[in-house]
Amino acid sequence: MLEISNISKSFGGFAAVTGVSLTVERRQTVAIIGPNGAGKSTFFNLITGHLRPDTGQVRLSGRDITGMAPHRLCSMGMGRSFQRTNIFPQLTVFENVQAALLVHGGRGKDFWTPAANLYRAEAEALLADVGLLDKAAAEGRSLSHGNQKQLELAIALSGKPEILLLDEPTAGMSSNETHASIALLQRIATERSLTLLFTEHDMQAVFSIAQKIAVLHQGCLIAQGTPDEVRADPEVRRVYLGERH
Amino acid sequence: MKSFLDRLGRLPWPLLIFLAALCVPWLGSRFATFLATDIAILALFAVSLNLLLGYTGLVSFGHAAYFGIGAYTCAILMKTYGVPFPLAFLASGGAAAAFAALFGFFCVRSTQIYFAMLTLAFAQIVWAICFKWNSVTGGEQGLSNVPYPDLSWTAKLPLLGDLKIGEQFYLLVLVLVALCFFVLRRIVHSPFGRILTAIRENPERAEFVGVNVRRYQLAAFSVAGLFAGLAGALFGLFNRGVFPDFTYWSKSAEVLIMVILGGVGHFWGPAVGAAALTLLNHQITSVTEYWPLVLGIVLIALLFGFPAGIVGSLHAGWVRLRDRRA
Repeated sequence: MLEISNISKSFGGFAAVTGVSLTVERRQTVAIIGPNGAGKSTFFNLITGHLRPDTGQVRLSGRDITGMAPHRLCSMGMGRSFQRTNIFPQLTVFENVQAALLVHGGRGKDFWTPAANLYRAEAEALLADVGLLDKAAAEGRSLSHGNQKQLELAIALSGKPEILLLDEPTAGMSSNETHASIALLQRIATERSLTLLFTEHDMQAVFSIAQKIAVLHQGCLIAQGTPDEVRADPEVRRVYLGERH
Repeated sequence: MKSFLDRLGRLPWPLLIFLAALCVPWLGSRFATFLATDIAILALFAVSLNLLLGYTGLVSFGHAAYFGIGAYTCAILMKTYGVPFPLAFLASGGAAAAFAALFGFFCVRSTQIYFAMLTLAFAQIVWAICFKWNSVTGGEQGLSNVPYPDLSWTAKLPLLGDLKIGEQFYLLVLVLVALCFFVLRRIVHSPFGRILTAIRENPERAEFVGVNVRRYQLAAFSVAGLFAGLAGALFGLFNRGVFPDFTYWSKSAEVLIMVILGGVGHFWGPAVGAAALTLLNHQITSVTEYWPLVLGIVLIALLFGFPAGIVGSLHAGWVRLRDRRA
């Protein structure tokens, strides 16, 4: 589904990501972990076209997407969420999702039809799916942090993506919220047969849902494998897990 | 009481104001008609700018360029080439939109203050051309004695027969501006308009739901330019001439002030701002020569006290009143 081969990126003299290769199979749930500053977000931005890699290649379903603009990636079935919550703050929850649906429905050139009720059923179904239907009329910015993350997920899902990239989906959440949101992600990924690639700092969350884990350290991939393999890896234990346990 | 307030809020205000404005030539003085014409044209200019400022989140410091291009196009076509008004009017919108698309192509490549500076730079280029190209634009002197549109046919209509030419022109302006408002309102409530607000709210997110942000910004810039051009065409005819001042940066600043004074958050805000600023200007210049001083004080008071503008503050007050009664 997604093949990343040997990508590198440096800023000035600092090598943020060095020669990382990773393959994500269709319908697989893959987590990228690593200490702060390990290059997780840079790695993400290289995949999603926000940054252009110095070397290497990213392929989505066999097509070269290296450095492709976000709006084009989006039309190729990639959805993403951001580490800092990224919604349309002054639009209502319904309008947030509706705006995304309008774009995906190719209605952007329509100057004339009143938009108010377009895609209402679809938007409400998506909101129901992430558990926000009762807040549809509220302004996006009035939601709690956890709810905003749910909204962001609904926006990302509105394009019917095949692969979803989530940068720290539980960042800033309480442990209860983290639990609920991981359960939500897992349910949605299964129901919609999604491929999921995410970065996460909450170890419990990672080991509970990921089928494959990749460990970044100082911009290099030091291990990848099943949760059990990664947990047993001596190098990983030394640089990462050792810091916590 | 609550139902009274609700009913008040649900009245078709724009339609009522349009009907009231239609009566001005019969009920008001010639000066009132003159002022109302001025306000109607500037209201269209301000609402067109708000498509960028309020809906797309783009600050243009050079909106007068498109106003001026519309004014010059219409005036040159009518005076120099004798083109009838309907054609010249449409052509002025087309010319303004075309130039907005051309300049906008470069402007949307930058963001925020750089975008604003580029719009200003292009506007100053337009001004310099109007100022210097004597053979076409009349240079510094501008073009005067631009003919009024031929409105003799209106004499055959009931009620309109004994109106003076200025009053007939006012009614024409009113109808055209109302039509433009109707179209602009459809646009901001269309799917296109909804995507513009999404871009205003969060361009990065918009891009990752699949929006080609620059292309939409350019489209918004052209549409705003088109309606500014139509306003400019009417303004030139109203002044019986076009002058380089129409495109000068101070004109861009003036329309920006109208938009902010009225309120960027509402469709009608800029129109109210245009009316308020024009009336204030006429009232104050008749008492004192220190109009810029008064304007400065009004603006400071407004930005600190009512940052949402006249319409924004009125709306918030009305909502609070209604909720308290409920």
